[in-house]
Amino acid sequence: MEERYGQDTNAHPDRYSLNKNLAEMLKGGVIMDVTTPEQAKIAEEAGAVAVMALERVPADIRKQGGVARMSDPKIIKAIKQAVSIPVMAKCRIGHFVEAQILEAIGVDFIDESEVLTPADEFCHIDKKKFKVPFVCGARDLGEALRRIAEGAAMIRTKGEAGTGNVVEAVRHIRTINAQIRKLQNMPREELITAAKEMGAPYELVLYVAQHGRLPVVNFAAGGVATPADAALLMQLGCDGVFVGSGIFKSENPEKRARAIVKAVAHYDDPEILAEVSEDLGEPMPGLELERLESRYAERGW
Amino acid sequence: MKVGVLAFQGAVREHMNMLKRAGAEPVAVKREKELYEVDALILPGGESTVIGKFLRETELGRIIIERAKSGMPVWGTCAGMILLAKRIVNENYVHLGLMDIWVRRNAYGSQLDSFIVRRPVLAVSPKPLELVFIRAPYAEKASPGVEVLLELDGKIVAARQNNLLATAFHPEVTDDPSFHKFFLEMVSSDCE
Repeated sequence: MEERYGQDTNAHPDRYSLNKNLAEMLKGGVIMDVTTPEQAKIAEEAGAVAVMALERVPADIRKQGGVARMSDPKIIKAIKQAVSIPVMAKCRIGHFVEAQILEAIGVDFIDESEVLTPADEFCHIDKKKFKVPFVCGARDLGEALRRIAEGAAMIRTKGEAGTGNVVEAVRHIRTINAQIRKLQNMPREELITAAKEMGAPYELVLYVAQHGRLPVVNFAAGGVATPADAALLMQLGCDGVFVGSGIFKSENPEKRARAIVKAVAHYDDPEILAEVSEDLGEPMPGLELERLESRYAERGW
Repeated sequence: MKVGVLAFQGAVREHMNMLKRAGAEPVAVKREKELYEVDALILPGGESTVIGKFLRETELGRIIIERAKSGMPVWGTCAGMILLAKRIVNENYVHLGLMDIWVRRNAYGSQLDSFIVRRPVLAVSPKPLELVFIRAPYAEKASPGVEVLLELDGKIVAARQNNLLATAFHPEVTDDPSFHKFFLEMVSSDCE
């Protein structure tokens, strides 16, 4: 087997545990999309726990259309230079060479992201071949567990990126939570059927049934535009929040970034939420999902 | 005994679970009244820039400094070690500035340089402990009043100074509560 499938870098138990635990350290934090070193510094000073280095934020990818690819390594390296917090970068679904390049330039985390145009309609990346950790999007529990089986060290909801509309992210976390609750109430003999139906490995299904949670952290992503959006997803059980276009496409990015950071830490304190929601200027323009030309959440399987 | 875990951001859940296993009552601390309730405090791993910002923006930073100076045991893991340090190498700021150590952030490099080693820490446990370093700092030097508990390749990765404990690694993500028990002993000897 080993010879046929090659060496799994991540399969070394220390490496996977290190990668899962880096994600654990990000809990309660906000990961912000940035396109320049200056934005990265603003994000870090506002309290971002990590930044996602990109050429274009999802809202612009949506507007401009065309094939969206991995960012120029030069931009990612400049952003890495500018900040001391972890730097993440996106590669296309299934594009393992983009992932190899991102690993070679030493990013701290790779997002195998549906926001970019998928490179492979059948296979996601075999993430166990890499040393660097991966985060992947999921709409439901089966999808989350398939990505974990491939080696993802962190899961996020897909939401609908670049829309400023939180409805899909809410749908995805609610779906995952409901499916977890259902598994928890099943006798063991039903779990194998559940595994078959959701297309996920039995061992991971069993883990979720026993522990009542995913074996890795689960962040919210896709459509978060306000502190209240972020707190909503935290109250629904997410471990932290990605904000893509929501910050640097708003009127006052610095203030909004600070407010969202506070809202995530104090997600269960409406008084603080009220305080930080005040006078933030215009949020990013929102899009209704019915009017979208392409649904990013439908990319990947 | 009530032990707080500073809960703005980071590996809070892991410390809370470990404290329970080691026999203490964990309290998530985000508000002043929670901080006044506890006998000791853990500053968890996470991002020191983020947690430090919350300490500055609330009264919690000031209260921790005050209580630590009057003897409350405080343990910082990873980011927490940076928060405790009196000096941060290459930076012109400090956070709580309580412990006489010179700390270097991200001292080992990026996530690709994170690692696990197994070593005994004699003050804590004679058997080898799993030491998990994730984008970890280390202390380049310490003042004479600081007791070095473990050096790795000549760098200080665990140290104690009176009621303060700092580890560059993460005992809370392992299966072994030895370090938490060691901290609780510091807390009980402080209560006597």
